[in-house]
Amino acid sequence: MELCGIFSWVGDLLREIGLSGTPFLIVSNVMVAAALLGILSLMALFLVWWERKVSAHIQDRLGPMRVGYHGALQTLADGLKLLQKEDITPSGADRGVFFWAPVITFVACFMAYVTIPWGEGLIPADLNIGILYIIAITTFTVISLLMAGWGSNNKWALLGGMRSAAQVISYEVPLTVAILGVIVLAESLSMQKIVTAQDGVLNWFIWRQPLGFVIYIIAATAEVNRTPFDLPEAEQELVAGFNVEYSGMKFAMFFLAEFLNMFTVAAIATTLFLGGWNGPILPSWLWFLGKTLVIVFVLMWFRWTYPRLRVDHLMEFAWKWLLPLAFLNLILTGIGHYLWETLFG
Amino acid sequence: MDEEIRSDQLISKSTDSGFATEEFMVNMGPQHPSTHGVCRLLLTMDGEVVKDCQPHVGYLHRAIEKISENRTYAQIIPLTDRFEYLTSMACNWVFCLGGERISQMEVPERAEYIRVIMVELNRIASHLVWLGTFGLDLGAITPFLYCLRERELIMDLFEMTCGQRLLYNYIRVGGVSRDLPVGFEKKCKEFVGYFMPLVDDYEALLTNNPIFLTRTKNIGILPVNMALNYAVSGPVLRGSGLKWDLRKDDPYGYYHKFDFEIPTGTVGDTWDRYIVRINEMRQSALIVKQAIEGLPEGEFRAKVKPSFKPPAGECYTRIEAARGEMGAYIVSDGTAKPTRLRLRGSSYNHIMVLPEIVKGLKIADLVAIFASFDAIMPEVDR
Repeated sequence: MELCGIFSWVGDLLREIGLSGTPFLIVSNVMVAAALLGILSLMALFLVWWERKVSAHIQDRLGPMRVGYHGALQTLADGLKLLQKEDITPSGADRGVFFWAPVITFVACFMAYVTIPWGEGLIPADLNIGILYIIAITTFTVISLLMAGWGSNNKWALLGGMRSAAQVISYEVPLTVAILGVIVLAESLSMQKIVTAQDGVLNWFIWRQPLGFVIYIIAATAEVNRTPFDLPEAEQELVAGFNVEYSGMKFAMFFLAEFLNMFTVAAIATTLFLGGWNGPILPSWLWFLGKTLVIVFVLMWFRWTYPRLRVDHLMEFAWKWLLPLAFLNLILTGIGHYLWETLFG
Repeated sequence: MDEEIRSDQLISKSTDSGFATEEFMVNMGPQHPSTHGVCRLLLTMDGEVVKDCQPHVGYLHRAIEKISENRTYAQIIPLTDRFEYLTSMACNWVFCLGGERISQMEVPERAEYIRVIMVELNRIASHLVWLGTFGLDLGAITPFLYCLRERELIMDLFEMTCGQRLLYNYIRVGGVSRDLPVGFEKKCKEFVGYFMPLVDDYEALLTNNPIFLTRTKNIGILPVNMALNYAVSGPVLRGSGLKWDLRKDDPYGYYHKFDFEIPTGTVGDTWDRYIVRINEMRQSALIVKQAIEGLPEGEFRAKVKPSFKPPAGECYTRIEAARGEMGAYIVSDGTAKPTRLRLRGSSYNHIMVLPEIVKGLKIADLVAIFASFDAIMPEVDR
């Protein structure tokens, strides 16, 4: 059951009622955006619930059980509660910066999904620089975290903001270099082309880029501020880090964006290394979702097993270990690809 | 006011690194997730680096000592529960030991055995809370849940014995308030057998984890001389390498009858303090096992009149509680109420030595070191 059929059917319907040209483009794009927003909101709710369940079972407890079947509606109830909460702005806060920080996080993390291929033909916009676009857009998170830390007029928040800026920028570099290895192999920046280059399990890039995959997963964990790299919000050190002064819906936006960012990096890992939506029998979007959720599960597993790194160890690890390894990986990939092309190509 | 004056003195602009930086002061506590209660640390920070640390105590003062001057000995025992609520049994014991020493009372053998069982179980429970929160302060959340899961079983044993799970009010002058319930020995033995392998589980999660090692090895070294100068005791002192345990060095109760080791560290870093407590849990479980196996029959309480009046005199008693030396100084004038009671907890010394070793370290290290000291606030302020 491929989902792209639905979209072409809706497109035909719109044409039948007489839409064409610019109005048709506007209406169809808005509909795609709305569908994406709906699916991602649901996904964020699901991920929050799932994280609670996974952590609970790792820790030998049950987790949410009361609201809905096995607590399935718990996140919805929590979201409703957060909606009703008073929205507090600290008196000394830089109001504009304080207000826009969660909005930017939220918008940036949604915008990353523009070029993520959810299934065969299920990609909102197949940009020819797809992966570059994602890397660029997710970097906005740093700006918003810095804004939140600075705008809150709170020393703990500022420390958290500074930490996150240093951390995310440092890990962006090995992350990007690790991704370059895949781009060399796929000879394209387009997400759709990267997926089609990995037809069949043996052609998945993870087999040709094992080191790149490991570097990507480590750097991505740091990108989305999860344990063992969750320093920006280290509760025991910084109370709650950059979001300490946020309440109500603004907090919820940070919270949901955090979970969606986790899904984003897992989706990128699936697309780049695990063959994206490629897979037999089952529809392509199911393959994509399944692979992505496996990566998400691994990230959760990390979180509930490891202690946290210290800030200077974190920097050392990024610059002294991950980055040289990522460059080594890129050089080896380049040489290997060149030899392959000249000998057998 | 005085803080503002201090902050003027301390905050200095530095241009060593080529660009202007400014030190700032931040209040860690009294409401902060990792100050374990209401400790307040006034930190002078240079970015992530702690330049100065001033502990402030006194947020949990309940005047237990003053109230005790107007209460009879039996009425004071529930107050001592609140002295250090994670090892209430030890608090009960140190106070009752004082009453017994002043009146030179003999305690039945069975009561002494029961006391050892209870206090050692309580030590395990307290160390479990410490291990959980220590992991939590390092960012490892899961060990906390595992530790509290096992602590529940100890709480169940206590509930069986005295009906209470946290504040026991169990040990009396001359013995204990009631005999062990039917089935306690079996259940307690089961617990010891179940618990011993679990300590290996906790170790598997933390001890040799590379992240854990970089966070604890050679961090916050407390030299043994400095420890002695600050009268530090308990696992913190033993972590620094000095084999000093009141159960062996100033024996009380029936500890001389049991066979157990005193674990010590070597360099006195955070990891040493961690491993000392881990091994202490094993040793305590062994003591409980021996005590249950050798439990004699007989009275559980000496004959003490309801209006217990010790003769005039004074005495200082001390025992090895989970956090270190716990003492009670009692002055009696021959009436049913003590003239003066002074309780000594070890956490105060642990907090006061903190500024000496955290200067120049990162704030994350401060949290780890503070957690490894296992200071508890009610013991500081009483």
